[in-house]
Formats: sequence, structure tokens, C-alpha cells
Amino acid sequence: MNFNNLNQLYRSVIMDHYKNPRNKGVLEEGTMTVDMNNPTCGDAIRLTLDVQDDIVRDAKFDGEGCSISLSSASMMTEAIKGKSLEEALGMSEEFSKMMLGEDYDIPEEYGDIEALSGVSQFPARIKCATLTWKALEKGVKGSGQ
Amino acid sequence: MDINTIRKDFPILDQEVNGKPLVYLDTSATSQSPSQVIDAMNDYYQNYNSNVHRGVHTLGTKATDAYEQARMKVRGFINAQRYEEIIFTRGTTSAINLVARSFGEENVSEGDDIVVTAVEHHANIVPWQELAKRKKANLVFIPLEADGTIKLENVEAVMSDRTKIVALTHVSNVLGTINDIKSIAEIVHSHGAYIAVDGAQAVPHMSVDVQDLDVDFYAFSGHKMLGPTGIGVLYGKADLLDNMEPIEYGGDMIDFVDLRESTWTDLPVKFEAGTPMIAEAIGLSAAIDYINEVGADEILRYEQELVKYAYDKMSQIEGIEIYGPREERAGLITFNLDGVHPHDLATALDSDGVAVRAGHHCAQPLMKFLEVSSTARASFYLYNTKDEIDYFIDSLERTKEFFTHEF
Repeated sequence: MNFNNLNQLYRSVIMDHYKNPRNKGVLEEGTMTVDMNNPTCGDAIRLTLDVQDDIVRDAKFDGEGCSISLSSASMMTEAIKGKSLEEALGMSEEFSKMMLGEDYDIPEEYGDIEALSGVSQFPARIKCATLTWKALEKGVKGSGQ
Repeated sequence: MDINTIRKDFPILDQEVNGKPLVYLDTSATSQSPSQVIDAMNDYYQNYNSNVHRGVHTLGTKATDAYEQARMKVRGFINAQRYEEIIFTRGTTSAINLVARSFGEENVSEGDDIVVTAVEHHANIVPWQELAKRKKANLVFIPLEADGTIKLENVEAVMSDRTKIVALTHVSNVLGTINDIKSIAEIVHSHGAYIAVDGAQAVPHMSVDVQDLDVDFYAFSGHKMLGPTGIGVLYGKADLLDNMEPIEYGGDMIDFVDLRESTWTDLPVKFEAGTPMIAEAIGLSAAIDYINEVGADEILRYEQELVKYAYDKMSQIEGIEIYGPREERAGLITFNLDGVHPHDLATALDSDGVAVRAGHHCAQPLMKFLEVSSTARASFYLYNTKDEIDYFIDSLERTKEFFTHEF
């Protein structure tokens, strides 16, 4: 193999989330549904959350996309469960910083999301990784639909 | 045609990307420009940059001459009858929008049919959707064969007294299908309707004769035919253009301006309000010279050789799906590799220096028809080589290996 630089991007934890996605599907009892498209590539994601008293009780995602966008969604739904909306938005902010190659603070309890740090070296793919977080922000800030 | 000589004309190709020699297989999105095109534009900016159609000074005259000569060059290139039939636009998209907003606005009424296909690039479907909405007209789709080709009897079948305009592509930017525009134009005209053709993927790769095709409108872009971005062409039959209203108003396009009323100047400037794309027109003219020198037929022959070579090799890769017909395809191959999302594929190829397109190719209705959300596409031009295709195939094989066995 001759793809050393690719290994920085496609780490095995990412491919694991891609091939064995966590929280895939739609929450029938969800309180918030957000649809988000990546118009440049046609990828589409649906995020459903069950939010009670500003706490994310449950989260699921559904949709089509590349390994980066789907693994990111899988990781995010794991990370935000049990967190307050404020914490979740803070997480999204730190994730954006990580994508931009800036200093960020992602504690271990946020799960695997730090595995995507390599995406910052692939500018064309940052939008893939942030799609699910943009959906979260749209849902929370716009109070969802 | 000597490929080594040609490659020397394209300095951009001689570089490394991610530590590997660049293999540029994304011409269908935008082509590269030879030094001759870049030099012609530099010459304009360094020696006679000036506005056109205004003033009397020497540079202005020189710029005007070069700009109008570019128009004459385009006329000859597509064999339009008159130079007034060549309207410079920002690109194919602007050209199609001009037809929809002007010709469409005046000729389509409530209950009329606008005929398109699901193969179209967004640029040749959204303007018609919007026109149909504004006019309460119907958008009618010509049924496609499984491989995306269009049968003439299916064109005939959708035509009726209500059909006002048929808009379709000459060459599909996804499937590489080449539509029989001449026969389709005949059918369209026999029903008293008009035909507008998106030629963005055709003009760069084959001889196009608008009189022989007998099309009413034909649009294409400079940047897909060795020229710069920001310039395109709308060809229209003079009697149609003459009766159309401009969609942009301002400098240059007027005949006389009074406080409350104005009149328009004649074709073609009537449709070119404001300062036009002067350097870009000059660049396009140089691109046409380059294509003429190599020969459009020779370019087509060479591309056909490349695409056949690539198709034969690619079709042997296990788990590959290639879209569109095997025979009679333009110089591009759209495909998917089982288990690898096109984006991941394009990133892997890029790390090997290979540039391909991944996504929906501005053809979401066609993706729906193919039942995929996105695809990858390799496209070829006169500057590509069989060695590059070999390298691309090898990279494809390794990419497949990486995603299927690495994890």
C-alpha cells in the first residue's frame, strides 16, 4: 500500500463508525427533526433528537453519505446523548475549531469525535465532517421543526 | 497530433500533487488552458487593455477589434450564418437563462408544454422549471432508455400542439451520451416548436455546425474548451434574437436613451449590457485557434481512443459500475466502486495525484434516475495519455483494496 497520508484521515475508528454506525435510524418519538443537505455533493442527513428539559435524551441519524459524513454523525449522536443543548452546541464549536486546525478542547467523555481531527488536512472534506454538526446547530438554534 | 508537443503547451500539467505527478481527469468540469490562451489574455492586459465600443483612442479600437474578431472566430467555429447570431455571455448557464427569460417569457403561455429530459445539467433544467412556474406551463420529460439514451420515437411521443420549446443537452456530462440533435430538431420543428441545446460538453470535443443541426439556440462555455472561465456563447437564429427583448439593461446595449424612454441597439450587442468579458473573449478566440490547429476531428478521434482504452480497463475491475452506454460515448466515464463512496474515492485518488470529480455533477434528477446519490467521473481531453489512464486504473485498484481490506 502506498497511501500513508490517507491513513491519517481514514483511521480505523472512523471506518468502524462508518461500517457499524451507532444510532442509525429515525427516532419515532423524537421532539426535533432536522434535514440537512450538502448541496455540493448530494449527501443528505436526517437528525432526530429527543430533547426533554434541554437535555438530549436520545439521538439518531439517517441518510446517505461518505465515510466521513456518516462516521461523524455516528460519533456525534453518541457524544451528545445525555448532554444539555448548551453543552452540545459548545461541543459543535470545539469541533469546528478542530476542523479549522485551531486549538480545541475535546474531553475524553466526548467519545470518538477527536478521531476526525485529520480531516483538517483535507479541506475539501471538512464540509462532510461538519454536516451533522450543522444539522444539530440548525435544530437547536432554530428550535427544530 | 503529437501528444508530447501538446503537453508542453499546458504548463499546469507539469506539476506534482501530493507528491505524485498530476493526472488531470476533470476536464468535463473545467479544461486546462494552453500557454497560447494565457499569453493572448496577458497580451491584452499588458498592451491594449481598454473598453470596447466606446471612445476613439487607439487602445480602445484595438480592444474592440480583438473582441469583435473573437465573435467572428466563434461564428466560423460553429458555422453560424451571421456574426450577429453570436452573443457573448458569462457561460452556458447565463446563455440558457437568457433564452428562458427572454424567448421563453414571450413565447410560452399558460397550459403550454416545455420539454426537457432528466439527463439535463441543473443549468438546463432549473431555468425551465422557473419559467414553467411563472407561466403555469407544463414541464414534460422525454422518457429515457435504461442507459440514459434518448430514442427519437420517444421525442415524437411527447410532442403536441402545446409544445413550445424543447431544451436538451447535446452531450450528457454524466453519461457521455451523444444525442442526435439534428434528428430531434427536425421532429421539434415539424411540430412548430423551438429547440434550445446545451452544448457545453459537445463543442469542446467535436465539430458542431449549428446550421447543419438546424437548432434555434445553442449554448456553450469557454472554460470547457481550453479557454478561460467567465465567457460563454449563446448562438440564436437571427430572426428569433431580433424579436427578443433584452434581459439586462445598461451601457452599450442602447440605441438612444431619453429621460423616460430608451431604445435598444441591434444584435448582438443588444444582449450584452455593460462592459463585456473582453480578455475572456480574446482567450476564447485563442482556444478556438488551438482546437482548429489540432483539428476538432483529430481531437475527437484521440479522445475516442482514450475513452475506449479506459472503458475496457475499468470494466474489468471487480465491483465497478459504469453508467451510460458502452458504445458511442463522449470522452468521459462516470462510475461507482462497490463499497467506496465517491467522495472517499476522490480523496484517495487525489492523494495519488489523480483529479476526478465526485458528487452529483449538477444533475440530481439524473442521479435519481440512476438510483444513486452520487458518482465519480473521469473525463479526458486531448492532453491526456494512456499512461495516465494506466496510472489512474492502478490507483483505483489500490483505492478499492484500501477501503475493502484495510479496515
